[in-house]
Amino acid sequence: MGAARLEDTVEALFTEEAARVLATLIRLLGDFDLAEEARQEAFAAALEQWPRQGLPTNPRAWLVRVGRNKGIDRIRRDTVFRTKILDRETHVVGGEEPADQDLIDDDWMSDDRLRLIFTCCHPALNLEAQIALTLHTVCGLGTQAVARAFLVGDDTMAQRLVRAKRKIRDAGIPYETPEPAQLAPRIEGVLAVVYAVFTEGYAATEGDQLTDAKLCGEAIRLARVLDALLPERAAIMGLLALMLLHDARRPARVSGAGDVVLLEEQDRTLWNQEQIGEGLTLVERSLRKPERVSHYAVEAAIAALHAQAPHKEATDWPQIVGLYEVLLRLHPTPVVALNHAVAVSMVDGPARALDLVDSLAARGEAADYHLLHATRASLLARLGRRGEAREAYRAALAVARVDPERRLLTARLEELREAPERGDSAKLAGMCP
Amino acid sequence: MQYLLMIYSNEKETLALGPAVLGQMSQEYAEFTKSIVQAGHFKAGDRLRPTATASTVRVRNGKTLVTDGPFAETREQLGGYYLVEAKNLDEALAIAARIPGARHGSIEVRPIWALGET
Repeated sequence: MGAARLEDTVEALFTEEAARVLATLIRLLGDFDLAEEARQEAFAAALEQWPRQGLPTNPRAWLVRVGRNKGIDRIRRDTVFRTKILDRETHVVGGEEPADQDLIDDDWMSDDRLRLIFTCCHPALNLEAQIALTLHTVCGLGTQAVARAFLVGDDTMAQRLVRAKRKIRDAGIPYETPEPAQLAPRIEGVLAVVYAVFTEGYAATEGDQLTDAKLCGEAIRLARVLDALLPERAAIMGLLALMLLHDARRPARVSGAGDVVLLEEQDRTLWNQEQIGEGLTLVERSLRKPERVSHYAVEAAIAALHAQAPHKEATDWPQIVGLYEVLLRLHPTPVVALNHAVAVSMVDGPARALDLVDSLAARGEAADYHLLHATRASLLARLGRRGEAREAYRAALAVARVDPERRLLTARLEELREAPERGDSAKLAGMCP
Repeated sequence: MQYLLMIYSNEKETLALGPAVLGQMSQEYAEFTKSIVQAGHFKAGDRLRPTATASTVRVRNGKTLVTDGPFAETREQLGGYYLVEAKNLDEALAIAARIPGARHGSIEVRPIWALGET
């Protein structure tokens, strides 16, 4: 019984310390694979020794020290590897045995976590590799879990990780926090990875909901780590706020039958008020920063206006339109333009919004984006142009890939068939994220 | 580490810039080269004559085949290179970003793979 409890403690400790220990071992050993193996050996040694000798006073320092020694043993055994490592990281082997305090000094360990994040999110790696590597090494998800999250096979994901780690080593991607002049653009890159992890979890996919919730959770956790390590940065606070506000609606987004529930039809009592409160505080703080306004913060401000409306009729659409106009200047994407049109329809009516959507469609930027067609369809229906609306819904169905979204579009199409006399209510507001 | 910085640009567009702009660019290249020599990064570097002067050699079944022109038709052509010493990729990328040609063409940055290195 006592042993079982120690095992639980050790297990919990490993989970908590895995990423930190890895981050520091990569710095000390100068190689991702070597550090992962060394960590594994250190954990195995701990499982063997701790039950007999009791927990060390500083388990993290113990794991780092043992891992470092295991790694050095391995370098000494592997002569080919040794030449490579010695060539580049002369400080690894030899030199004085560092004191525990140097190995696990809190500032150094924090810096190591940042180094690991910036290295995994280096722009010389493609975005897919950045995301996979971040989930695997920073968040500590196993290869299988990362593969499941991105709906690819385990072998494909393992390959992707191997290639990414090889590029880090062979191309000489540094294990460093960027220079001050490079910091802001590199933070943008890291945030793009974090947001991609979140979006992957948040998009209504057929993937299992537990995996999706885990991805959103990891993205939020990463943003919290970044906010703690690089405090008071408008973009980081803005993204954290945005994710908290979106994630707060998670319990209301999917019906019992697994169907998508649009924003305007959601049961608002299911929204997570604590998360909304935290999100609101962060948006305000982010927007008050003297730095250039972050597009994440503007998106978060829009999400905040939705979150603050007790019922859909109370939504402050004029202010949302204004925020989308700011966003169109900061971050002009077809999705933003589309959401702007939706908001305009709630203020000025569907005719003006349809003009905006049609001009977006004419630019051909979002032809394969199902929400473009779905939004057109919905606006046409509100204008009573039912034939054209049905056609637009069919165009949306032709490009929509995810089942819950296809079911939603089919249902809208059916409504247009079944009740030709009834005026269509605007099923539109919910189309924005 | 050593990196090869390969300078690619569209030859036709570059030539169309005219003598005044090209003269200015030569001046910038001279200043850039001087600066990386002084900083200790420079190992080697040259510009190349246009692809119209290129020949391609293949040996198949013991026979040597020589053809006119570059190996592949691409939108951008290799126009020059620098071989530099840099402490890591970030430093190499920062040097590459200062090459005058980076402003209209592109620079491919590749680590040198020394013989004997795995």
